Amino acid sequence: MPRAVLHGSLPLLLLAVVCAPVIARASGEAALPEHLRDTGLYADGSMSQLQPDVLSFSPQYPLWSDGATKRRWIKLPAGTSIDASRPDAWDFPRGTKLWKEFSHGGPVETRFIERAMDGSWRYASYVWSADGQDAVLAPAAGVRGLPVPSAPDGRYSIPAQDDCRACHEGAPVPVLGFSALQLSPERDGQAPHADGAHAGTDLRTLAARGLLVHLPKDLLASPPRIAAANPTERAALGYLHANCGHCHNDDGPLAVLEMSLAQRVGAKESAGSVLRSLVAVSGQFRMSGNTTRVAPGEPDASVLALRMRSRDPLQQMPPLGTSAVDLEAMALISRWIESLSLQPK
Amino acid sequence: MYSLKMFVRIALVVAASFARAGDPPAAAAATEALARGKYLVTVAGCNDCHTPWKLTPEGPKPDMDRMLSGHPEALVMPAAPAPEQPWQMTAAATNTAFSGPWGVSFTANLTPDRETGLGKWTVRNFTETIRTGRHLGRGREILPPMPIPMYKNFTDEDLAAIFTYLQSIPVVKNRVPEPRQPAALATAGR
Repeated sequence: MPRAVLHGSLPLLLLAVVCAPVIARASGEAALPEHLRDTGLYADGSMSQLQPDVLSFSPQYPLWSDGATKRRWIKLPAGTSIDASRPDAWDFPRGTKLWKEFSHGGPVETRFIERAMDGSWRYASYVWSADGQDAVLAPAAGVRGLPVPSAPDGRYSIPAQDDCRACHEGAPVPVLGFSALQLSPERDGQAPHADGAHAGTDLRTLAARGLLVHLPKDLLASPPRIAAANPTERAALGYLHANCGHCHNDDGPLAVLEMSLAQRVGAKESAGSVLRSLVAVSGQFRMSGNTTRVAPGEPDASVLALRMRSRDPLQQMPPLGTSAVDLEAMALISRWIESLSLQPK
Repeated sequence: MYSLKMFVRIALVVAASFARAGDPPAAAAATEALARGKYLVTVAGCNDCHTPWKLTPEGPKPDMDRMLSGHPEALVMPAAPAPEQPWQMTAAATNTAFSGPWGVSFTANLTPDRETGLGKWTVRNFTETIRTGRHLGRGREILPPMPIPMYKNFTDEDLAAIFTYLQSIPVVKNRVPEPRQPAALATAGR
């Protein structure tokens, strides 16, 4: 484990220890562990060696988090499996745990999601110590502006528990990066920030190990892939799915906006449906005199691109979890919008 | 042991009694929620900022012809004068636009207009907005002087009642402008 780069964090850690909240939602559920080492990720006495039943994975379309390097893991209770009968809303067994580690030169934060025995989900974040030997439960209100030299502007923010819910509970299932599209064996080579390797965890390996059951057979025979007009559009729609689709979908609370950026592997017309809600469609938000979500050929007149390019907190998209513009993604989105004027109508 | 015939008869009687008793209490509950919502909207001061003020011989008053429709679209606000400390906030004459350290905020259209108000919102959208202090529960932060720190303490039942009432008031089509960031940030190009 690389040495942590979190400096000046002793007061925070003391605060976290003293104020560490009990944020279990489910009644009767045990309080969340005060230390990451007690969540079941690492072998006893270690902060780097994983438990043998912990699986590493990597989504083909990662979420942008200001350039943080990430590692992800999942652990299912022994003898259980994920029910993929609903291919876009997997049913995870009670007791499922997931972790995501955020690093800027060394681990800064590890986020933790657990499905409680009553079926609800609970969320926590653990803040790493400077020496990389411990990670402590963060306050439920989060922490703004931790000094982390390698982060953008030297600052790093831990999300509040409400922020966790805001993103994770806008989707059909709160697990966002472990899904049929994200674990397709047929990876998108143009996806921004993709790891390249995917730790050997994909739909086929999961199904072969009996960890994923009832996935429709056609999704194993013909792996999920966004049905786009060209590779640029495929990568752009994949990026929007991973970074925006958990809120902007047609079956969550933001369905009222009538704009869906979520791809559905169970719906053949999914990509077309996304495009119909975006391209040449006027939205309620007005920015620089523009209201068209995606204006073909005109990234600078497309509210989607303008808001992704902004870090004014009143306008920026996503509104949470990022303070730096994803320049690689913006180049992709601009190329895609420019290409739309060339596509046949 | 009861026969099947007897069981069916009992079930029918029970179902009928529920059907007879069901409708009036449901209607009464809806009426009660509406009244409760109106009461809460009134005493919580929603009209103070979400209904534009007009000047009357008795002084400024909320213009109830534009009840809860937010900052008037036609009233384009110039840049606010910088207040001299300890003054901090500047308010429009309509009491629907406010300039302060957070930038410029405009009060929202709370009427059930589908394009410019809350007409498409669900009670979940409304509750999550107030509870989290974020637009639709997951977007930008709701700005001062909206008293989110106080209002987030409403119970779910109160918020549902308020939403029920707001969905019942006259529709006013009025597209409120987006908030403006503080001048210093705008200059920095953020």
